[in-house]
Amino acid sequence: MSGKTLAEKLLSEKSGTDARAGDYVEADVDVAMAHDITGPLAFQTFDEVTGDDGELFAPDRTVFTIDHHAPADGVQAANNHNAVREFAAEHGANQFDVGDGICHAVLVEEGFVGPGDLVIGADSHSTTYGGIGAFGTGVGSTDLGTALATGELWFRVPKTLRFEVDGDLQDGVYAKDLILRFIGDVGFDGCTYMAAEYAGSTIESLPIHERLVLSNMAIEMGGKTGLVAPDERTESYLERQTGNEIDLADAFVSDDDADYEAVHSYDAADLAPQVSKPSNPENAVDVTEVAGTEVDQLFVGTCTNGRYEDIKIVADILAGETIAPNVRMVVVPASKSVYQHMLQTGVFQTLTDAGAVIQSAGCGPCAGYHQGVLGDGDVCLATANRNFPGREGSMESSVYLSSPATVGASALYGEITDPREVETKRYDDTVFAEVLP
Amino acid sequence: MTDAFAGDGGRPDPAEPGRAWVFGDNIDTDQITPSRFIVSSDPDELASHAFEDLRPEFSESVESGDFVVAGENFGSGSSREHSPLSLVGAGVSAVVAQSFARIFFRNAINLGLPVLICPGADAIEDGDEIHVDLDAGVVTNHTRDETYEAEALPEFLQSLVEQGGLKAYTKAKLDG
Repeated sequence: MSGKTLAEKLLSEKSGTDARAGDYVEADVDVAMAHDITGPLAFQTFDEVTGDDGELFAPDRTVFTIDHHAPADGVQAANNHNAVREFAAEHGANQFDVGDGICHAVLVEEGFVGPGDLVIGADSHSTTYGGIGAFGTGVGSTDLGTALATGELWFRVPKTLRFEVDGDLQDGVYAKDLILRFIGDVGFDGCTYMAAEYAGSTIESLPIHERLVLSNMAIEMGGKTGLVAPDERTESYLERQTGNEIDLADAFVSDDDADYEAVHSYDAADLAPQVSKPSNPENAVDVTEVAGTEVDQLFVGTCTNGRYEDIKIVADILAGETIAPNVRMVVVPASKSVYQHMLQTGVFQTLTDAGAVIQSAGCGPCAGYHQGVLGDGDVCLATANRNFPGREGSMESSVYLSSPATVGASALYGEITDPREVETKRYDDTVFAEVLP
Repeated sequence: MTDAFAGDGGRPDPAEPGRAWVFGDNIDTDQITPSRFIVSSDPDELASHAFEDLRPEFSESVESGDFVVAGENFGSGSSREHSPLSLVGAGVSAVVAQSFARIFFRNAINLGLPVLICPGADAIEDGDEIHVDLDAGVVTNHTRDETYEAEALPEFLQSLVEQGGLKAYTKAKLDG
């Protein structure tokens, strides 16, 4: 019999079975998360299944965030926020409030998730945690609400689609370009019901903040999770970032003879910066194909690319420059600590000098709620993860997706621009940790 | 197989014929339930905005017992349970699609909204009258006098549905 994939091993451990792809297992959840959109529905389920005196399976491993409509953009949103605060207080769960940041940034930064964990989030981008070797997966509110009570949830053990990348990325090419290319190649539903696994020398050399980008967008090819085998880089990142002691012996890596659904191989040096055209992430093309497309808005942020390193890459390009006339740039840091880093290091000043608008940490206009919604005919280039029709506002607007460097370069000219035409930097994991005490 | 689906809690019975509302491939949750409306968790309120940007006449004209029919990857995108909940609120009898995104599929089953994977669903035209035999897994098109086979639910899921769905199963576990 063949060896096991990382996904099979982790779900075997959590279910106490010899799990193989296709099996249905009931597994122990390590961490559960919901936010201001999905929380209220999950609380209804929790109350329904537990009666009035329900207890959380593990309050210390339950996290609620207020990030999607934060600060509240209307009365209903404000009421949802209060529902989150009340439920968290009543049950003793961890709760992060307006301005603290996006769930997926918070859970990693604050050390709630680690390698080898099974993490469920009532948010589809919960695949993000795969970037540190946790099985992170998005669920609905009913699944989450029942798991809050039992600490268990059923899973079909996924097959694994492996993406192997070797060699050095060109200057101006980042993990975002890789994942857009993967999605373009396998399609928007090419990984449905499967785990994505990213491996090869290029992935091994990627800093954690870039690995998280790969895992975050696994859902954009239908993936149940998106995994990178944890290594010393993961260990040192998490220990430095969170103060937690990490033991890689508790984590999992795929066996050499594991059985994959398919293996897609790439030479990193061949990859050009990618842009996904409207209105699906699978419409990925080389930036040269869409260079010159005029844009009205540039959006830097989201759980995909709203980290400090992402925003700093944009600031580096815009330092001493001015954003092209008639173009607006909206910057939304992924977390409060990213926001504070931007203040302390001058990134905030650089971006506002260049003409950008910087908002409080959260999801921003990514899903079209607030803080930069698009109007009819507007064209936006975003570091976001989705560009469905009407995603960021009007059904008559268009969203292109790219890396932060492509957004930064495009800001100079007001049209989609190849970031290889400007000087771009690449940051390792130390840049974020070294600034704050 | 589907006591928890058919007729449960005032749900329409998919065995009764209804109008097919046909949608294409990759209908994501933003198109089913535009994000500006998901501050509500109320099925009726959500139903009043279902497909609002994509097909404004849907929420005005849909009747209890109608069906939603779609192509590949229906319900892709976010994990918002508001999307299947809006269809429950609209009285949609069942969703028949060539394939579903994973989270939507789970959410629908958890809400007792029947979802059928039916590769032949592309033969159904908007406005056709159809019904679904959940036990046999067959979709019948009365307008075209055709039938289409749907995939059976995996045994594990079928058993979960037979136990009353995830909430009933969890309640029993907690009481046990």
